Amino acid sequence: MADSRAWTLARLGNRERRRRRRSPEPASWIGWAFIAPNLIGFAVFTFFPLVFSLAISFAEWDVISGLDGIRWVGLDNFRNLLRADDFWSSGGRTLIYAGASVPLTTALGMLVALALNGPVPGRSLLRLIFFIPFIANSVAIAATWILLYDPRYGPINRFLMSIGIDDPPVWLASSDWALTALIIMAVWSGAGYAAVIYLAALQDVPQDLHEAAALDGAGTFERFKVVTFPFLTPTSFFLLVTGFIGASQSFGMINLMTQGGPGEATTVLSYYVYLNGFRFYQFGYASAVAWVMFLVILLLTMVLWRVQRRGVFYG
Amino acid sequence: MAARAPGASRFRFRLRSERVLSREERIRWTIVSIVMWAVAILFLMPFVWMVVSSLKREIDVFRLPVQWIPDPLTWSNYVEVWTGRYPLTKYIGNSLIVAIARVVGELFTASLAAYAFSRLKFRGRDIIFILYVSTLIIPHQMLLVPRFILYRQLGIYDTLWALILPGIFTVFGTFLLRQFFLTIPQDLTDAARVDGASELQIYWRIILPLSKPALASLAILAFVWSWNDYETPLVMLTSEDKFTIPLGLTRYFDESGGFSAALISAGAVSSLIPIFIVFLALQRQFIQALTRSGLKG
Repeated sequence: MADSRAWTLARLGNRERRRRRRSPEPASWIGWAFIAPNLIGFAVFTFFPLVFSLAISFAEWDVISGLDGIRWVGLDNFRNLLRADDFWSSGGRTLIYAGASVPLTTALGMLVALALNGPVPGRSLLRLIFFIPFIANSVAIAATWILLYDPRYGPINRFLMSIGIDDPPVWLASSDWALTALIIMAVWSGAGYAAVIYLAALQDVPQDLHEAAALDGAGTFERFKVVTFPFLTPTSFFLLVTGFIGASQSFGMINLMTQGGPGEATTVLSYYVYLNGFRFYQFGYASAVAWVMFLVILLLTMVLWRVQRRGVFYG
Repeated sequence: MAARAPGASRFRFRLRSERVLSREERIRWTIVSIVMWAVAILFLMPFVWMVVSSLKREIDVFRLPVQWIPDPLTWSNYVEVWTGRYPLTKYIGNSLIVAIARVVGELFTASLAAYAFSRLKFRGRDIIFILYVSTLIIPHQMLLVPRFILYRQLGIYDTLWALILPGIFTVFGTFLLRQFFLTIPQDLTDAARVDGASELQIYWRIILPLSKPALASLAILAFVWSWNDYETPLVMLTSEDKFTIPLGLTRYFDESGGFSAALISAGAVSSLIPIFIVFLALQRQFIQALTRSGLKG
């Protein structure tokens, strides 16, 4: 008994010594020293601004009157935004814009990836062509599409008229079509990225399963449904979530193309925040809207997360 | 069916396309190819239009029927945007300064922090890490207003620092590199520690050399994002001599109400060329970078 205990202790001691020899733990301050440069910047440029934006969402403030001009108003900003019609209509437009452009982009990306994964001549050139819009800056894109969409002289309407549509939409100048015009652009610029991500995912689909399904007499579509598609669900989930977050945030393209117009036809929430903050200088109100937006996105992401836990197949 | 060599599955991609196709499959893929190329040409049209317009005289841009080959071939738009009233050279210079400073700074701070998060244990590490990750999904706009105010207080509003500094301390870069560092075997660093190497030596001599692909990924993404960023300079810059290329291009937008289609096209093409060269040169790394950053999902 005593012997075995001594033996155990000795063994433990040995193991302890060996462990320590193998990996001498560096002192705690070294870790802090390594993160310090990044952490200080993070605190100054991300964490502090976040706290500050939460704080001023409870205040009324135009930046011109300086920090003394801050007037605390409690929940007034939130109450006002819930009562503001333009807040709700902007939110609705965000849903339409993201809800249409993101699934379309993702679906087109998947189709392109499936095609490029097969024996199509000039695959790498095709991939390049689809991808170029993604690396182009938004001002260059906006400039080009404003010309393309020109109601009278633009090539799009010229083409539509030449195939017998005498009364084509006036696109950016029409409150019915402006949002659609932006959605088309979003799909055009994002599909190549989705395709590239899908192409990478397709390389992980086990070929054996495909062959087994083929031997069982499954047709192409059948094989896609039971083999390929399940393996692509994590990628689809990733693209949809990040796509929704991205689409609900960008205001640059809208600022360039339509400035939220005509009327309010393209004022989505992100542009509404920009407008209130940097055109009307209502920083408190703009921050409140931004926080509400964030909470909604967080909620939607969590709901999607729940859904994907049931529907997503992780190989 | 012939037995497959072990490890053949690694070459799936090639095998699949080289497989002998049945007649029916050949017809199907021919149709797919034609449709793909048609869609691709449609996708390319805006760029073709941009390039063609940039080489035309202003009066010819909208002339009918559309001239797909400019006649006369006009280079004066490029001369104007490069050396005229709003010279792109200045904007491109600013863009380069910002992009290079951001890339170098981000690689430095992110790799150090990623080393700590992946290799060092210390009190509070996990709390900080959770804090970091939870800010990854925060909408960019929430930071616009407070950063605007902060920059005015710090005196960096309307300077290039307003674009550079926040780009140096990113959570995204730290996270991307940490994920890669975690794949480097722990034994390597342990062995170095036993041999008496300091943490700084391990970081510099072992981790960084082994992480070149990940560092390249981060550098490429940071460069492209910085180059293309329009929203930050829109909010943070007002002086024209500080403008980066996207904001500089907008000068050709609001010139007296309308804008010159030929000039703006020449400007747009000019702004795309550098990023296009970077992309063509580093295409494989770029795509790797995107798929790698996609792993965070």
